[in-house]
Amino acid sequence: MSDDLSRNTLAEAQAARLRHVWANPRGWRYWSAVNNTEVGIWYIVTAFGFFLFAGVLALIVRAQLAVPQNDLVSPEFYNQAFTLHGTMMMFLFAVPIFEAVAILLLPQMLAARDLPFPRLSAFGFWCFLIGGTFVAGSIFFDAAPASGWFMYPPLATNKDLAGIGADIWLLGLSFIEVASIAAAVELIVGVLKCRPPGMRIHLMPLYCWYVLIVAGMILFAFPPLIAGDILFELQRMFDWPFFDPDRGGDPVLWQHLFWIFGHPEVYIIFLPSIALMAMIVPTFSQVPITGYGWIVLAAVGTGFLSFGLWAHHMYTTGLPALSLGFFSAASEAVAIPTGVQIFVFIATMATGRVIFSVPMLFAAGALAVFVFGGLTGVMVALAPFDWQAHDTHFVVAHLHYTLIGGMLLPLIAGLYYFFPFATKRMLSARLGRWAFWLIFTGFNITFLPMHFTGLRGMPRRVFTYPAGHGWDWLNLISTFGAYIMAIGVLIVVVDVVRALRHGRPAPRNPWNAGTLEWTVETSDENWGVRSVPQISSRYPLWDQPGLVEEMDQGRGYLPDAAAGRRETLITGVLDATPEQVQRLPTNSFRPLAAAVFIGTCFIAATFEWWWLATAGGIIGIGVILGWLWTGTARPPEAAMMDAGRGLTLPLYASGPRSVGWWAMCITMVGDATAFISLVFGYFFYWTIHAEFPPPEATGPGLAWPGIAAATGLAAWATVLAARHANRAGRVAIARLALIAGAGLAIASIAAGAAAILTTGLDPVVHVYDATVWVLVIWTALHLAAGVLMQLYCLARSLAGHMTPLHDIDIRNVALYWHFTAGTLAVTMAVIGLFPLASG
Amino acid sequence: MLTRPDRATIVTLLAPPTVWALHFLTAYILAAIACAKGWDLGGVRLVIAAATAAALVFIVLAARAAHRHTGFTADTPPHDDPTRASRMRQMGAATFLVAALSFVAVVFTGLPAAFIADCR
Repeated sequence: MSDDLSRNTLAEAQAARLRHVWANPRGWRYWSAVNNTEVGIWYIVTAFGFFLFAGVLALIVRAQLAVPQNDLVSPEFYNQAFTLHGTMMMFLFAVPIFEAVAILLLPQMLAARDLPFPRLSAFGFWCFLIGGTFVAGSIFFDAAPASGWFMYPPLATNKDLAGIGADIWLLGLSFIEVASIAAAVELIVGVLKCRPPGMRIHLMPLYCWYVLIVAGMILFAFPPLIAGDILFELQRMFDWPFFDPDRGGDPVLWQHLFWIFGHPEVYIIFLPSIALMAMIVPTFSQVPITGYGWIVLAAVGTGFLSFGLWAHHMYTTGLPALSLGFFSAASEAVAIPTGVQIFVFIATMATGRVIFSVPMLFAAGALAVFVFGGLTGVMVALAPFDWQAHDTHFVVAHLHYTLIGGMLLPLIAGLYYFFPFATKRMLSARLGRWAFWLIFTGFNITFLPMHFTGLRGMPRRVFTYPAGHGWDWLNLISTFGAYIMAIGVLIVVVDVVRALRHGRPAPRNPWNAGTLEWTVETSDENWGVRSVPQISSRYPLWDQPGLVEEMDQGRGYLPDAAAGRRETLITGVLDATPEQVQRLPTNSFRPLAAAVFIGTCFIAATFEWWWLATAGGIIGIGVILGWLWTGTARPPEAAMMDAGRGLTLPLYASGPRSVGWWAMCITMVGDATAFISLVFGYFFYWTIHAEFPPPEATGPGLAWPGIAAATGLAAWATVLAARHANRAGRVAIARLALIAGAGLAIASIAAGAAAILTTGLDPVVHVYDATVWVLVIWTALHLAAGVLMQLYCLARSLAGHMTPLHDIDIRNVALYWHFTAGTLAVTMAVIGLFPLASG
Repeated sequence: MLTRPDRATIVTLLAPPTVWALHFLTAYILAAIACAKGWDLGGVRLVIAAATAAALVFIVLAARAAHRHTGFTADTPPHDDPTRASRMRQMGAATFLVAALSFVAVVFTGLPAAFIADCR
């Protein structure tokens, strides 16, 4: 009896410490919170706000198209409205909502206290909010982008035809893409390294598989667009002729870079929503998913094949039929894993007893709509059909069937399903049914007729149309349907607002689901889980009786916060064996400040206010350095700690065992992809020109690139030497090596500068010169960042934060330098050696 | 991965579709350059045929290794026991399916080169 009593007292003391450590800041300091539960909700609300905004734009577009020769809005405003509608739905809603939902759900699903880089999540959110508001707000100043969401040159590169809106699009969205990549890094490391002990990779919830695949796709899909944005902006601001045929450029390169991003992006949007269905369908069928391996196949297969589709947006650009054949083949092949996915859901429903609740209603509606959109997708994947349907409303109908069936409806299903998870209250089933039927019928009334308007030849993106082509009544029906759908969405909004205050309090695990996120407590505890459980099933809440009590009573891992620090468990990638206790940073305004200053840099650049942009950039980098200095890789007060259940784990790990190393590696994979896209540009120009470099080109020669490569690679070698010396305890040598390395890297930058400045290359004259400049500048910036990192390591060593035993900083910097050395070697080989080979 | 057939990991899972991606890029880039530069397409098509054959052989070997990982019929799906063996079987099963899809996708990509003989 007294044992029980003392155990209870101990548990209460532990709970009090945990509660204190994980408490949210109060008052205005609330906005310094970095906990995933706060950031996830802000993210979702913001993305949903942008969705409603973009939805209103769609209603304006539909109102304008209701009758022929309508003059409700001006052509200029119409162009801005449809461009911003597409842009916002894609960049400010569909992709961010995935990140938002994943940041909110993933830690709880993994019974982790938080993701490994909470401040990075917060930084990503603030970037998203600032960049998104900037892009969306531009329409109130008649300055929104107006060239279509894909910004094709030469229309969008022409400053007379496309005003500042194009710059707002390019810089505002580039800023947000940084946030997307940050989220991708966070989510990949989260899924691989933050699972609870025992949750081997074949036991993790299917949602995690999708998150892993989608985050990986972001790493390969977004960087080509960032590379394209750089080229585009250089042309708009400095007249470098990347897309100008008169000076050797080619607008089709933009289309390649845009769609290498743009098509995978469709699947980046689609897969996370399907992932929500993979959680919902088993719950409401009350059976495990049928064919776990098949879903893994579907996620992996779709993730890969979706990259082979980009040119199917370019069937009418005059590519050779053979090239079209490859893309057509991949476009048809991707239907296989997509179909598998849908059959798995149907099979799961068939084996269980389906409870037709509101989430299930939306899920079923999503399947029906998506299958329809998929079938028209198979049609437009065939080049001869696409030549007929290209740029007509048929394509508008197709893409809305896939996106609304594949993304929006599953997401609303997820909203109804996870609302009690996030708010502890239930949405109304009655309003939910009304909303579903209005959205479902409204959607079909809007978009089904567009197949026919399209087949009757009505082009996309037209401001108005003449009467008598058989388009009139079809358009009127579409407009009518759009407003019915809008009423449905409005009901969802009303229900959400109502339920926040007056919704029925949700019981714990209201749907009797089997996965760990439903261990979430009904009280407002902020710690995620009271203690981390040992997992032995794919559906622990169904198969492991007593699990929730064990967690609640603090009998799992990490039941305490004895050191007064936020902590979470790091486990192995395959078998989730506990490896380390990771200290997590606490609430801070630094991510917000970094986002504000970096945002200032991007926004000022839009208006060509160079001094402000430079100041914003420098202060932003300073804030980030301060954030790293105070928040990361601090040597702990002890080497090991008691993680509960008799397990003692290290508090510090460096190299491939540390989460920071993984994050660096993943970030640099994305970075390398952007670089490869720039190199692709060089060789693309080589293919379209009879002679490339052009015969009149003078630079950059062999000498300067050779010197740049030699000094830069020597800098890399010194970093490796510094890492080695530091590890071996020869700290002084390590510091000297870091100083020498910084000097060598600066010499390499200078040689690179000489290569473009002293050899007669002029980036305004010809695309060859401009491409060489871009490659050299890209490399120089990486070397400069490398210098900053070397000096940072030096300072850390001098301050005693980096020691032979505690060497996270230098190991991550060495990893960075591997990639930078690769970038340098490739750049110099391309600009120095390739002209010899091709000449 | 073929040299370490005792392990089923994320790398072995992603290997077959990576081969598809490499094959796809090879075929696309070769054809694009040949058509832009006016190279002989006959040679390029032979190279693509050889690359297709090589990719298919690799995928078949990967599928065989994956099938071995599934433990044949020793254990039937859903492979959800909390053991290393079960993990290996599940990863093997998923890899086998991914390899099958990659096989089909590589064949799909090879077909245009088999049938289209010029750059129109």
